[in-house]
Amino acid sequence: MGRGKTIARRAFLIGSAAVVGGVAFGAYLVKRPLENPLLADLAEGEAALTEYVRITADGVTLITPRADKGQGAYQVQAMLIAEELDIDLDQVTMEPGPPAAAYYNTALSEEAPGFMPTDDGFGANSMRSIMQAAMKVMGVQITGGSTTTADAWEKLRVAGAVARETLKAAAARETGVAVAQMTTARGAVILPDGTKIPYVDLAETAADIQPVEDVTLKDPSAWRYIGKPVQRFDIAAKSTGTQDYGIDFELDGMLHATVVTNPRKGGACWWINGDEALAMRGVQAVVPVTGGFGVIADNTWRAFQAAKVVTAGWSKAPYAAEQADHWAALEAAFSKDGQDSQYRDDGDIEAALAAGDVVQAEYRAPYLAHAPLEPINATVRVAADRVDVWTGTQVPRFVQAEVAKITGHDADNVHVHVLVMGGSFGHRLELDVCKQAAEIALTVPNTPIKLTYSREEDMAQDYTRQIAMARMRGTVKDGQVESLDLGIAMPSVVASQMGRLGLSVPGPDAQIVAGAWEQPFGIPNYRVTGYRAEELAPISSWRSVGASTNGFFHDCALDEVIHAAGADPMAERIRLMWDDASRAVLEAVAELSGWDGPSMGPDRGRGVGFCMSFGVPCAEVVEVTNTEAGIKIDKVYVVSNVGQVVDPETLARQMSGGALWGLGHAISSEITHFDGMTEQVNFDGFEAMRLYQAPQVETRALELGDHVRGMGEPAVPPAAAALANAIFAATGTRLREMPFRNHFKFV
Amino acid sequence: MRLTVDGTTHEVDVEDDMPLLWVLRDEIGIKGVKYGCGIAQCGACTVHVDGVAVRSCQTWAIDAVGAEVTTINGLGTPEAMHAVQAAWAEHQVAQCGYCQSGQIMQAASMLAQIPNPTDEEIDAEMSGNLCRCGTYPQIRAAIVTAAAKLREA
Ligand code: FES
Ligand code: FES
Repeated sequence: MGRGKTIARRAFLIGSAAVVGGVAFGAYLVKRPLENPLLADLAEGEAALTEYVRITADGVTLITPRADKGQGAYQVQAMLIAEELDIDLDQVTMEPGPPAAAYYNTALSEEAPGFMPTDDGFGANSMRSIMQAAMKVMGVQITGGSTTTADAWEKLRVAGAVARETLKAAAARETGVAVAQMTTARGAVILPDGTKIPYVDLAETAADIQPVEDVTLKDPSAWRYIGKPVQRFDIAAKSTGTQDYGIDFELDGMLHATVVTNPRKGGACWWINGDEALAMRGVQAVVPVTGGFGVIADNTWRAFQAAKVVTAGWSKAPYAAEQADHWAALEAAFSKDGQDSQYRDDGDIEAALAAGDVVQAEYRAPYLAHAPLEPINATVRVAADRVDVWTGTQVPRFVQAEVAKITGHDADNVHVHVLVMGGSFGHRLELDVCKQAAEIALTVPNTPIKLTYSREEDMAQDYTRQIAMARMRGTVKDGQVESLDLGIAMPSVVASQMGRLGLSVPGPDAQIVAGAWEQPFGIPNYRVTGYRAEELAPISSWRSVGASTNGFFHDCALDEVIHAAGADPMAERIRLMWDDASRAVLEAVAELSGWDGPSMGPDRGRGVGFCMSFGVPCAEVVEVTNTEAGIKIDKVYVVSNVGQVVDPETLARQMSGGALWGLGHAISSEITHFDGMTEQVNFDGFEAMRLYQAPQVETRALELGDHVRGMGEPAVPPAAAALANAIFAATGTRLREMPFRNHFKFV
Repeated sequence: MRLTVDGTTHEVDVEDDMPLLWVLRDEIGIKGVKYGCGIAQCGACTVHVDGVAVRSCQTWAIDAVGAEVTTINGLGTPEAMHAVQAAWAEHQVAQCGYCQSGQIMQAASMLAQIPNPTDEEIDAEMSGNLCRCGTYPQIRAAIVTAAAKLREA
């Protein structure tokens, strides 16, 4: 095949480096003129190796650099390496996150913009758009997301193959046997006479020789891991309470802290009075942090209790104080001045709308909290010569830079240790907690400070999902969809998120229309316009970002026009679809769900939702019954095309988890503002899907095309649409704003 | 005060109203017990007091004096899993896994009282335990497996 050769030369260099007692293999980055500016820390001509495989006499370690928020990213990365290395997962140690022993220093985290394809997309993709925005600010062109993805899927396999071939070469040097006569299996080179030489015994010799770069990747028919179900390596720990998360981190002499900042997000703190708190048991200090205060105590609960009695003077919110004004700002954005983009304008929409009976409607989607179950936390220790940060973050590189600014250390001396995360959904793209922990730790040098947010602080200070509105119009002709005009208004997520990093992004924000403008429907007259509302409450990437609202808007709008045409919702979507993979996805979900029309008998109905996001077409069918007590979701079917399935179990969980995430929030959740403050600060106010509401979910992944795509996000956008369309089928009522429970009871 | 946790007795010097959750986590160092909400809304902190599931964030430590407290870490270990934990592993329930200590403790307590729960009983017993990752279908399946295993035993 020789595919590996081309790959290795085209996209990156895989090399090796000697490490204490052995050898490490990984992607080799060499700083050249005009190369990626994110390699700025490297001097010209200097090289850095991001290690993926480390072999010493003690064993084989697979390093999985992409963060795992619970979606199985570590597992998938390890599988890709192990597949080519010919080692079993029970023979290796996994080392998550950027290595702590950073012998190549900051360069180890330089890959931030290149994401694991099978990384849960929402972190990766939202970061990708942020990084692209950052690049844009710096005037740099970068390769689009899909090539980055394809490269990364190959990169880990090539790393494994280079390691395997180099180990064979090492064995050849030691034994005099020709490489061609050797095979590899279960972590050993096997000689023709059956002698097995474990990789660990070859590590030192391997470190000494030129790495073999002419490697051939295995033919898919020879794969042992890729595409096969395996037991996740963290499953025993996560079933026995022995998995440690960031919040469980502990060091000798550590003190506990919590913070409270102005409940009007981003507002100032004029004064604090901690006298009463200081008199409480275990409380050591009350210290100012940006926008509020921190309490240091000898126990988390004592810090929480003390924080409740500290008084403070807060400034007003730096945005509209009342929720109604946020909606008014969105309404006001629907204007020529507010127009941000019009990436799609097919046919003659104005003429088509003038010619027929117009179906029109307005849609709304509320602010939503990320609310991963593990509250935000970070542990920081500031010493004279170094700072250590232990936290669950998706952006270790930014954490390093921001903490360095606060403590005054060189970024090289700030060591970020990424810990396992109890969920993220985009929450851990933000780094206020690290900055605050650094501010607090700076007041007690050499003492590790673990800062834990109370749930209330976590939710009150969350940079939420955007609110958004859409206005749709459409016409039909001869029983078919003839036109669709969709305008979407929201504040810019990218501007809000980048603004917190001190960067401004010129040009339109593609997230305002993501999940809408790029839908592969061949509607004769078809327009999607983005309107940028003024910046309101700070917002951030929330699982599937712009598509989380727009998938609902676009698909429901289409459903309304299809209904007006008197066509079958599934058949008409399939007829309009020009993208082969997307059509295959719709046909598969129709088959899987036994689709024979939206009606399923009295008080029962089904709806289909489709959205292509992050390059992944995903279709869902939701079946509901309108019972005496309320709407019951009976069953959900999810089909998507991911190009290549790496770990089927993990993938299925992302598809079902993503759909339930989309459904749960559509039914129950919203964040609103009163007097500039978030009104829902715990799970009593911010409700989420519970077990009794959760339907069975059937999933199917298609493998069309040759891109490997992540499934962390794309199952979210079609879910709310499929549910709303199903409820319409069962009840005749169109739901056009979330949460749906404001209109129907759910059981 | 003296607390018996996972079969070991601990002498702790804490306020009477400190929630058991924080005594376990920060004073005794049992980290399998999780903090999620602090107001009995998520179930992440679920432990057994004399075999019955309670929210440790809402249980004063003083009220556990004289009782047997069992945490996820005492229910079983990776080497010797409790039937419920084994079912959780078999079904690969966990995604981020943060809620699962509480889910498992709640399920174990339910199955001790209701060996063969109906779907409705599972709904009623388990709906106080929040999972943000959406593992509910797998939780339900694991409960059915665990129930069958426990009935055999
Ligand atoms: S932490 Fe106790 S129920 Fe949430
Ligand atoms: S597995 Fe993440 S919250 Fe349940």
